[in-house]
Amino acid sequence: MRDFFHRRGAFRPRLADDQQPDQAIPEDLWTKCPRCHELQYTKELERNARVCPKCSYHFRLSARARVGLLADPDSFVEWDPEVRPEDPLRFVDGSGSYLDKLARTEAKSGETEALLTGRAAIEGRPLALAVCDFDFMGASMGSVFGEKLVRTAERCAELGLPLLTVSASGGARMHEGLFSLMQMAKTVAALARLGRARVPHFSLLVDPCYGGVTASYATVADVILAEPGALIGFAGPRVIEQITKQKLPEGFQTAEFLLEHGMVDLIVERGALRAGLATLLAHYAPAVEQQVPLNGHLHEPALVAVVESGAAGG
Amino acid sequence: MDTSTSRRSSPWSRAGLPVADTAGADVLLGVIDVDAAPPRRSAWDRVKLARHPERPHAIDYLRELTIDFVELHGDRAFGDDRALVGGLARFDGRTVMVLGHQKGETTKENLARNFGMARPEGYRKAQRLLRHAEKFGFPVLTFIDTPGADPGIGSEERGQATAIAEGLLAMADLAVPSVAVVIGEGGSGGALAVGVADRIVMLENAVYAVVSPEGCATILWKDAARAPEAAETMRITAEELAAFGIVDEVVPERVPAHEQPRETILATGRVLARHLRELVEAYPAADPEAVPRLRDARYRKFRRIGAWREARADDGVPLDDAGVG
Repeated sequence: MRDFFHRRGAFRPRLADDQQPDQAIPEDLWTKCPRCHELQYTKELERNARVCPKCSYHFRLSARARVGLLADPDSFVEWDPEVRPEDPLRFVDGSGSYLDKLARTEAKSGETEALLTGRAAIEGRPLALAVCDFDFMGASMGSVFGEKLVRTAERCAELGLPLLTVSASGGARMHEGLFSLMQMAKTVAALARLGRARVPHFSLLVDPCYGGVTASYATVADVILAEPGALIGFAGPRVIEQITKQKLPEGFQTAEFLLEHGMVDLIVERGALRAGLATLLAHYAPAVEQQVPLNGHLHEPALVAVVESGAAGG
Repeated sequence: MDTSTSRRSSPWSRAGLPVADTAGADVLLGVIDVDAAPPRRSAWDRVKLARHPERPHAIDYLRELTIDFVELHGDRAFGDDRALVGGLARFDGRTVMVLGHQKGETTKENLARNFGMARPEGYRKAQRLLRHAEKFGFPVLTFIDTPGADPGIGSEERGQATAIAEGLLAMADLAVPSVAVVIGEGGSGGALAVGVADRIVMLENAVYAVVSPEGCATILWKDAARAPEAAETMRITAEELAAFGIVDEVVPERVPAHEQPRETILATGRVLARHLRELVEAYPAADPEAVPRLRDARYRKFRRIGAWREARADDGVPLDDAGVG
């Protein structure tokens, strides 16, 4: 916690103008809070971990900003950045091909996929992180997302490293069809193995988290945390309204709604996350030390893959 | 199971066109005249066939293929979901646990069964029955036929996402062999929740997709009327999914299932019985070593599903054509 407000150097905030058109002011000097509409000096907002000082609205964070916020300085080592998406369906939609979409997203976001994974430490305690980047195609889960998460879970099982996933996603990636759906099974299967190795999985749900991500690995966790006000659910609110023709209740699908309905363990303010996670990690440390290592990293060949090199991180 | 072998034995070519693979067809049906195979139907035609109101549903399969069916109701927490039925039945000489989405035959029944869209209590009932199957060593047979999981307010309140996720976990971790068959609509997570099986079989005119063609067209084409195009693009047909190695075997439909329901059901039954027999022999309930082997084989099966490449450190590698299948 002490370090927390002084680690602004690690933030690389990006206001994705296609996601938040009303919030970006030219040159990003000022940022308008979507909840209280107050204008905030962007640097001030960053100093406050992108939480509105007036109304506590938690702005969305890129994956790297999230890692910067959570991990001890210089502790993060990225895993598997060389795993890159393919286009198994030769998918072309109304706005062009999937490959073009990937190239455009990569150029704009600087990321190569929607999930950032690696090892890190929180207050000196080692763990693995798997963090969604909502700016990358709504952090939709496709083959690379699934593969990176599974490799991470396998290393965790092998090394006795607790896993923290941070999920914000629109769900499965349509452009990879059933391959994407099957990542739900694949990631959960890896977590089943992790569970058998008695290594804990902590899941942090942040705004917005929907569909195939909420309905798979993100809710198969030993402890489920959520950020205040985050929207979390299976079906999106517009779909529900369209199908049921009902007006949605106040606060529907917020983290607070999920807590009330027994779906999450805790709601944690962003500023208290590091300390909270450190406390959790301490609780599980003795159990993790007695963990039975599994022959973790299977490195199965992909059903459809072009392997340029077998290099693996970690 | 060696999936490469099972893909080789698939009677469908890589391009997704039926091939006169007589050996494979013999195993599949025994009686099918492969030369008389009809021309390939479009993905959209199959969506319509998969949703055909007279297409045989899970209970029709149970009626034809099993005896002594005892339906087991309720999740012991909230309610009984009639969109997802389950229970014990005798199939091919042994007791199995069956689970299946069930659509209605009439409007009234469809309302009672929520058009085959299961709610959290349905998925929790499924988990309860899976644990029950493990306890007594009953193999599991699941019938997939749903537009998707129920997207209602109550389902969200009762944790639809969690119920599906825990269903996936229960199936991924199951200590007994399992076979799933997509008989009609394989609608996204709601289908997969009972689909994480050791063998995945699919009928020729069934479809299996990450999102409905209408949903995909609305989001990516901004026009629901483009659903036929979306259906084609998403590769949702049985032979395409078999070519991808996701589906293990396709049950041919010489004519659409609703035109010859009994023949289709019996042909499906033969395929299911063969897979189940293979699994029960390979992983006998009496063998304590069998459970870890079974879980490991299942893990490897799903572990391999994906399409990615591994770039060199210097990157700049153009996206190559992937070798499919």
